[in-house]
Amino acid sequence: MKNSGSTLIDRPGSPLWLLAELTYRCPLQCPYCSNPTDMAAIKDELSTEEWLKVIREARELGAVQLGFSGGEPLVRQDLELLVAEGHKLGYYTNLITSGIGMDAGRVAALKQAGLDHIQLSFQAGSEDVNNIFAGSGKAFEKKLVIARAVKDQGYPMVLNFVLHRDNIDELEDILALSEALGADYVELANTQYHGWGLQNRDALMPSEEQLQRAEALTNEYREEHPRGMTLYFVVPDYYEARPKPCMNGWGSMFLTIAPDGLALPCHSARDLPIDFPHVRDMSVSDIWYHSTAFNFFRGDDWMKEPCSSCPEKEKDFGGCRCQAYLLTGDAANTDPVCSKSPQHGQITDAVARANCQTKVDVPLLFRNMKNSRTLIAKG
Amino acid sequence: MFEGISVPVIAKHFRFQWEPAQECYVLLYPEGMVKLNDSAGEILSCCGNQVSVDEIVEKLSKKFPDAHTLPEEVREFFEVAYEKQWINFD
Ligand code: SF4
Ligand code: SF4
Repeated sequence: MKNSGSTLIDRPGSPLWLLAELTYRCPLQCPYCSNPTDMAAIKDELSTEEWLKVIREARELGAVQLGFSGGEPLVRQDLELLVAEGHKLGYYTNLITSGIGMDAGRVAALKQAGLDHIQLSFQAGSEDVNNIFAGSGKAFEKKLVIARAVKDQGYPMVLNFVLHRDNIDELEDILALSEALGADYVELANTQYHGWGLQNRDALMPSEEQLQRAEALTNEYREEHPRGMTLYFVVPDYYEARPKPCMNGWGSMFLTIAPDGLALPCHSARDLPIDFPHVRDMSVSDIWYHSTAFNFFRGDDWMKEPCSSCPEKEKDFGGCRCQAYLLTGDAANTDPVCSKSPQHGQITDAVARANCQTKVDVPLLFRNMKNSRTLIAKG
Repeated sequence: MFEGISVPVIAKHFRFQWEPAQECYVLLYPEGMVKLNDSAGEILSCCGNQVSVDEIVEKLSKKFPDAHTLPEEVREFFEVAYEKQWINFD
């Protein structure tokens, strides 16, 4: 019997990751922040009860990793309570934080609640660059204190640095700082150009030379310290010929819930012109298995050329839908990072600007509610 | 690396549990998960309470009397698991 294609696609697997973006509020103003630039218009955060319901429902579906992020999740005073529930239900609980809003007492309380893992972000390896990018004169000092408190509670020390044009040359400082803090894992993640990062792309993108030097230093460290810190170096996809297998496929394992309860297949998806479901209107199970939005880019029926006939489509799923939309205007297009994309020129142009010897400094647009309102007003 | 009297313990920062949705035992760690096959799951569920490698072999041999290569399998598994830093020996 002939079938009508997409209706017979295997039932998708269960979500493995629940990312709870508890709030868009944050005391810092990182210009590479992946939060939506129109965040000032997004109000009405989920209540504690609503979060508890989401956490329970996603666990019933099979989610095992629970990440608390934001904004700055520590802004929410019910964080400990949500962690405790997640832990009780059998999740591995992760806190993704800038550390601002924490003190030794709160680290202890989170530990008590059953928090398994803390990932602490720094903006740079030196105090001055860190504070410029954080948009706060005290951030660095506070982070050092928190890092020690995290270590004292017996957590593995997992540090995250977002790399860009103005801090990538101080990788030695970053590694020295990480060693001094007793880091076990260090994520050196190049900026992704979504949200505020895209607004600041020309100011943030490193040159090829900067990038190669940083990669070489990373490899050198690894060779010289075989039992040292584990370094993860995340290459910026603009410098690659193939896109990343974004989220391991749309609606395949990641479920993000935004502060207002919007359910997203990835934390950037809010930018897409798709009607995303809301946890106030639908159960997590209906959202995951039955909502139009979560089925939109499952499988490969939606693909266009050159992806649809490409032998690599099982490997990268055509790349990132948000990047395709933001740069080409159609979310079903090939991610322009791919050298086969007809719009790949957009990427090579941006890269060429980053490598131009006479590059003029572009001012940074800081991530804050005031700038968000200005961007909204501009449309 | 280890002997029969060594006591394997699941490494700090790892959590071992049965996952109904996956229908298997899993190991959870920061931002990741390993799904374990049946024998790995059986072996790890014996760990804890100061039980030694020899005792685990004995216990599993009683449970699966037909599995003749069981002692080697258990040792091989612990070698791999130690290398992957899933377990330590007390
Ligand atoms: S990236 Fe910076 S501004 Fe954005 S949420 Fe994290 S700490 Fe706050
Ligand atoms: S054409 Fe599409 S599927 Fe092929 S490599 Fe490029 S992004 Fe991947």
